[in-house]
Amino acid sequence: MFPSRYWREIPHRYRLEAGKCTGCGFVAFPRRLVCPQCGQREFETFKLKGEGELLTYTVIHVGPSAFVDDTPYALGIVKMDDGVNITAQISDIGLDNIEVGGRYKIEFRKIQSDGHSGIHAYGYKFIPIR
Amino acid sequence: MRDVAVIGVGMNKWGELWDMSIRDIFTEAALKAIDDSGVDHIDAMYIGCMSSGLFVGQEHLGSLMADYLGQGNIPASRVESACCSGGLAFRSAYMDVASGMNDIVLAGGVEKMTDVGGDGATYALATAADGEYEVYNGATFPGLYALMARAHMERYGTTRKQLAEVAVKNHDNGSKNPLAQFPFKTTVDGVINAVMVADPLTLMDCSPITDGAAAVILCPADMIGKYKNHPAVKIIGSGHATDSIALHSRDDFTSLKATEIAGKKALQMAGKKLSDINLCEVHDCFTIAEIVVTESLGFFEPGQGGPAAEAGDTRIDGKIPINTSGGLKSKGHPVGATGIAQIYEVVSQLRGESGERQIKNAKVGMAQNMGGSGGSTLVHILEVI
Repeated sequence: MFPSRYWREIPHRYRLEAGKCTGCGFVAFPRRLVCPQCGQREFETFKLKGEGELLTYTVIHVGPSAFVDDTPYALGIVKMDDGVNITAQISDIGLDNIEVGGRYKIEFRKIQSDGHSGIHAYGYKFIPIR
Repeated sequence: MRDVAVIGVGMNKWGELWDMSIRDIFTEAALKAIDDSGVDHIDAMYIGCMSSGLFVGQEHLGSLMADYLGQGNIPASRVESACCSGGLAFRSAYMDVASGMNDIVLAGGVEKMTDVGGDGATYALATAADGEYEVYNGATFPGLYALMARAHMERYGTTRKQLAEVAVKNHDNGSKNPLAQFPFKTTVDGVINAVMVADPLTLMDCSPITDGAAAVILCPADMIGKYKNHPAVKIIGSGHATDSIALHSRDDFTSLKATEIAGKKALQMAGKKLSDINLCEVHDCFTIAEIVVTESLGFFEPGQGGPAAEAGDTRIDGKIPINTSGGLKSKGHPVGATGIAQIYEVVSQLRGESGERQIKNAKVGMAQNMGGSGGSTLVHILEVI
C-alpha cells in the first residue's frame, strides 16, 4: 500500500470526518465534491457520531490474503444515526450472536498489515453496544 | 438510427485453458463468429475485458486483438464495465452500426483468469467494488452478495433451499451445454453442504474462475440478405444504467436499481412487454443474484424470486426459462466474456440451434449483464426475423 494512498483517507478512517452539504444537509462519507441530492458543491466538515443499527451482515470464511489470519470474520453494513451507511467488520461479539437490527458503535482498530515489512493500516470496526 | 442484426456468433469451450493465452482464447472465439456469419472482413471491433492488466499483465487489447485476428488497422477498442464489460462491448458495437459509422462490427469479450492464483483473482475481481470503503475493510464479492442474500432472507423469508434451487437448475441446464466449464449436475444438499465461502453462500452458490471468450458479428438489418447462413436475429432493445459502486450507498439491498432501469429502457425501446420474452439470460454470479435480478427485471414480484425458483418457474420448461445456457454458475464466468456469451445463447435459442436445451417457439430473448454488486447493468432484447 502506497503511503500517500493510505494517508489521504485518514480523516475518514481515523476521525470519521464526513461532509455535510450546506444546501440540503446530505451527509457524504467519504466526502464528495458535489452533492448527489441537490447538486450544490459546498460541504462543511461533519464528524459522525459513529453509532447505528446493523442492516445486514455476513461471515466471510474465504478471505483475501490481507485478512487470511482473521477468517472467519463478520462483515456488516450499519446505518449510522447520522444518516450514512458504512461497511466494516463486526468485532467483539461471537459470530453466532450477530443479529440484524442490533445496535453497534464504531471503534478505531487495526484493519490489515501490508505484508511483513509494510505499514499497519488502521480504520474502523463495528463493536456491539451492550 | 439503423436497425441492426446479429449475423454470427462464436464461443469456445470454457474452463481452465492452461495451453491458451488471452490472445489465442479471444481469436479462436472471434474466428468462429466470423466463420458463422460468412463475412470476409470486419470494419471495427469492441472487446469487453474487465482486467487483463491484473490477470495477465496486458492492457491495450484493441491493438493486440485486431492484429492477431488478422484485421490490420481497423478501429478496435477495449471497453470496461467490470463484469458487464461484454454487455457494454455489445452495446458499443450496436451503437456503432446503428449510427452508420461502420457496417460489419465484431463485439467480443474475453478474460484469462487462471494465470494468477486464487488470491490474485480475488484481488482483481474486488477492484469492481469500492476499493477504499468496501474492500479495504475486508469485503469480497461473495461477501457483498451474501450481504444482499441476508437482507433478502430477512425481508422476504427467502430460504437457503431456494438459493440452492438456482444452482441446481443452472447446473442442470449447463449439463446440456457442451461449452460449459462445469457441465455436472448437483443437488440442493450438494449446494447447501458445500464449503462455506461467505455465510449464507457456499462454494456452490458462487460462479467459478474461468478462461474463455465469446464473439458476435453485427451488421445493418438491410444488409442481412448477403449473409443467409442462419435465421437473422435483430437487436430490438438496449438498456444501460448505473448505480453506486458501493452496495452500502443504496437505499435497498434487496433489489437492483440499475437492472430495473436498464430493463425498462430496453423493453420500452423494443416496444415489448415482459410477457413477450420467451427466455432470459441473467447475471447469476451468485445464486442470490439470479433471484434478485429476476425480481428487479419484473418477472416476479419482490420476494417471489425464491419461491419461483423453487417451483420450477425458471427451468427450461417453466413459465420463463432463465439461464438455459447454465448461467455463469455452470457455464463459467470469464468476467469480460460473460455478456457476449449471454448474447450467444439468446441468438442460438432464437435460431433454434440450442440442441438438448432448445426452447420451443423462442421468438424474443433478453440478456441481463451486471457489473460489480449491481453498479452497472446492460439489458438487451433480441428478436428472430
